Amino acid sequence: MSPRTNSDQLHGTLDLLVLRTLRAGALHGYAITQRLKLLSADVLQVEEGSLYPALYRMEQKGWITSAWATTDLNRRARFYSLTKSGRAQVEAETGSWERLSGSINSVIAQTR
Amino acid sequence: MKLIRILIARVGALFGREQVASEIHDELRHHVDLATEDNIRQGMAPADARAEALRRVGSLTKLQDQGYDVRGGGLVEATVRDARFALRLMWRQPGFTTVALVTIALGIGATATIFGVAHGVLLKPLPYPDAGQLAMVWMTNARINLREDWHSLPNIEDYRSANATFEGIAVYNDTSANLTGTGDAQRLTGARASANLFGVLGVAPAKGRVFTDEEDRPGQDAVVVISHGLWTRLFASDPGIVGRKVEFSGRTREVIGVMPAGFGFPRPTTDFWVPTAPGEQLRASRGSLWLMAIGRMKPGVTATRAQADLDPIATDIVARFPNQEGYGVYVVGYHDQLVARARPAIIALLGAVAFLLLIACVNVANLLLSRAAVREREIALRTAIGAGRGRLIRQLLTESAVLAAVGGALGIAVAWVGLRTLISVAPPELPRLADITLNWTVVGFSFAAAFVTGLIFGVMPALQISRAGIGNALKEGGRGSSAGVGRLVRRTLVVVQVALALVLLTGAGLMVQSFMRMQRVDLGFDGDRVLTMQVALSGQAYQQPAAAVDFFRRLAERVRALSGVDSASLISGLFLSTTPNSTNFNIEGRPVFTPAESVEVPVDSAAPGYFATMRVPVLRGREFTDGDTAESTPVVVINQTMANQFWPGEDPIGRRITYGQPDANTQWLTIVGVVGDTRRVGYEAPIRPETYLPLAQSPSRSMMLVVRATQDPRVIAGSVRQAVRSLDPNQPIFGVATIDDLVRDLTAERRLNTLLFALFAIVAAILAAAGIYGVIAYSVEQRTRELGVRLALGAMPREVFGLVVREGMSMAVIGVVGGVLAAMAATQVMRTLLYDTSTTDPWIFAVMTAGALVIALCACLIPARRAMRVDPLVALRAE
Repeated sequence: MSPRTNSDQLHGTLDLLVLRTLRAGALHGYAITQRLKLLSADVLQVEEGSLYPALYRMEQKGWITSAWATTDLNRRARFYSLTKSGRAQVEAETGSWERLSGSINSVIAQTR
Repeated sequence: MKLIRILIARVGALFGREQVASEIHDELRHHVDLATEDNIRQGMAPADARAEALRRVGSLTKLQDQGYDVRGGGLVEATVRDARFALRLMWRQPGFTTVALVTIALGIGATATIFGVAHGVLLKPLPYPDAGQLAMVWMTNARINLREDWHSLPNIEDYRSANATFEGIAVYNDTSANLTGTGDAQRLTGARASANLFGVLGVAPAKGRVFTDEEDRPGQDAVVVISHGLWTRLFASDPGIVGRKVEFSGRTREVIGVMPAGFGFPRPTTDFWVPTAPGEQLRASRGSLWLMAIGRMKPGVTATRAQADLDPIATDIVARFPNQEGYGVYVVGYHDQLVARARPAIIALLGAVAFLLLIACVNVANLLLSRAAVREREIALRTAIGAGRGRLIRQLLTESAVLAAVGGALGIAVAWVGLRTLISVAPPELPRLADITLNWTVVGFSFAAAFVTGLIFGVMPALQISRAGIGNALKEGGRGSSAGVGRLVRRTLVVVQVALALVLLTGAGLMVQSFMRMQRVDLGFDGDRVLTMQVALSGQAYQQPAAAVDFFRRLAERVRALSGVDSASLISGLFLSTTPNSTNFNIEGRPVFTPAESVEVPVDSAAPGYFATMRVPVLRGREFTDGDTAESTPVVVINQTMANQFWPGEDPIGRRITYGQPDANTQWLTIVGVVGDTRRVGYEAPIRPETYLPLAQSPSRSMMLVVRATQDPRVIAGSVRQAVRSLDPNQPIFGVATIDDLVRDLTAERRLNTLLFALFAIVAAILAAAGIYGVIAYSVEQRTRELGVRLALGAMPREVFGLVVREGMSMAVIGVVGGVLAAMAATQVMRTLLYDTSTTDPWIFAVMTAGALVIALCACLIPARRAMRVDPLVALRAE
């Protein structure tokens, strides 16, 4: 893996979280933040100021695609869903994260 | 696919910035609403709930901007902004803009004009279906060294039946006729053709039908097919034209069909087609050469293959008929045949105009570079607020693109004017003249040329400026872009310009000299103040040859009696085509020529006094007089070349010759005179042996009247016409022209090429001079301070002057040296275009080099004088 800058790393982590959330199906922006909050037991509260730019960026890269649709509360919202390359990206990002966190854990474990 | 989707989204977003913004707004509002509701559920007051939600979302506008940048037309919008800025900049600098636009417009306009010609003549397919399969079939005649001679009918029949590569071969011949019965008698150009000509060409008549094989027989052939032009001009588009009877040269024919508009074979002026209807003699004789042939090759067959297919047939003919010795066959694609002569000239012109465009590009590039120095602060500012080098380059290239686009559009207007002018001054025999138009292909080419031009002149300044810009950010009074590399680049460009201009000047000089040499060639006769016109007698009254001879005798008498006429006579043809009526001959007392040695000579009928009228010297013996009649001794006059070739060192007067093979009943002709050679096939063809017979002994119904006037020949044209009409009002007069006109037509194409070359060369020289001027003037301006110091320290103004001139001339000299070398290589291409002029003619090279240096010197003078006048005090102070 080529070395990544700090912002790349941050971007990558957020991307990973969002992409994995979307694996289960299409969601709109607010739902994504709620789901992340729920799954992480309130630890991860993604800043909307970070989320939307991330969504737009990932859409530009072709990992997700968006479309207007009606929610079950009869409101209009923009839903995001994974594309085929997005699914591939999820695997890549997940693998990268697991390697990184695994190695960090390993260092922590051996330096008690 | 992804790329396309992104592009579409971006272009869409460009036009719907509002829409993208509002969509993001909606999306975020939905988010805020939900967040607000959640907050309320968690116990916040509604107002607080909303405020909290909004706070979390952060700056809406920032998100909109980011979203737009990512989702929207970031790149496209920036480019449009750059383009608008470029237009404003152009508007604010009218001087620069005008010069740049004029340069580009001239360059692209000239290029597009020549391309328009090239496209119409060389590239556009002929207006026949599958025209690539049409090929001319000629007979090669080794006896007179002619590659494109006419066929005899039996020979062509052999090719038709024995070939394996043609779908069909048609035969035809030029002919003309007098059309009477519809107003004034008219002389029309037409063709005799076999019935399958229209089938071979693949064009069906617009009305009626074409003739059939049955009608292609003598007696059954009283039919005619007319052209669309003839139908509208002389028959007022009569809807009942099919079936109408008309009088062609005294013979009644029925009009059976009208060809579609635009169809003209073999010439654009061909107005009618009649069957060949060959009689017994023509059907059997392999010695009567009277037909041209065009064939349609089978699909996939090339001319080379067809040639290989027909060659064995030619050999077989010679084997069966030994007197066909020396005859072969030659197949050439029809399109190639048409354009063969024009092609080298057009390609040379394309090359010349490309040079011109390059020079124009260099000029504009230099203009941009010098203007860039003025924009240093703006560039520095852009760099300071974050524009990367790539961004700068993009902006500068956009500016170049805008300049090129506007210049290109103007160039199309120039091309329009250029094409119209060219078409109007072009010689009418230029092949496919009617096909030269300003069509979409030419317009498309102009835009492509503009695009490439913009790249060429834009890329260097863009690279240069962006590099300097980055290095110079906000440096006060920075002069980075004028020093060092920038300066070298600009000088190199000017040197290149000078070299290119010299190449063009040399080429033009060679062409001009070639043309002038050609003009000075002695034609052998004096065409000054000589008027010509043609009369072709038709009708019952002139069936007897004696009647035609008598008509012409009386006509000559009447014309000589007119006031303003010095002398007059008649000849069957003044200028020969390359395949005149010619026949072989034999000399009394010498062995009969074998087919291989046999020489063919043209035979012309001349009225008494012809050679005197044309001031052709009679070198030996006499010319024809009224004493040479049908009853007196048969005589013949030959030209100098013939005398030298067959009676070297002897006097041919009194010897006798005969045409064809001599036998017991041969009529021998006595040579009574030898006249000087005349160039009758244009300037470039070699002079051949020629014979003349008295009109009374060799009657012809079609003659050319030559009248030498005492003053301007056009003045007497009316009275000469009147004289003809007074003898017989039913005989049309056509081809009225002075000899000067006819001779000018011979050289019309060359003249046009030479003019164009010269024009391009002059423009190139002006542009190069402007280039030198620009660079030197700028340099002087930049060095004002330095020059001021020199002057203050005691340098003579004259020395400063010399300094500046030396600077300019050093560039010019290098350019000239490079130009001479390049010209020596480049002019090799022009060899076929030059007449009696070497491609490395030292005189022309010397003159053009000197001229280029003089022009360069003049370009340096003004800035040098300005340098001389620099006031040291002012220069030193202003900093």
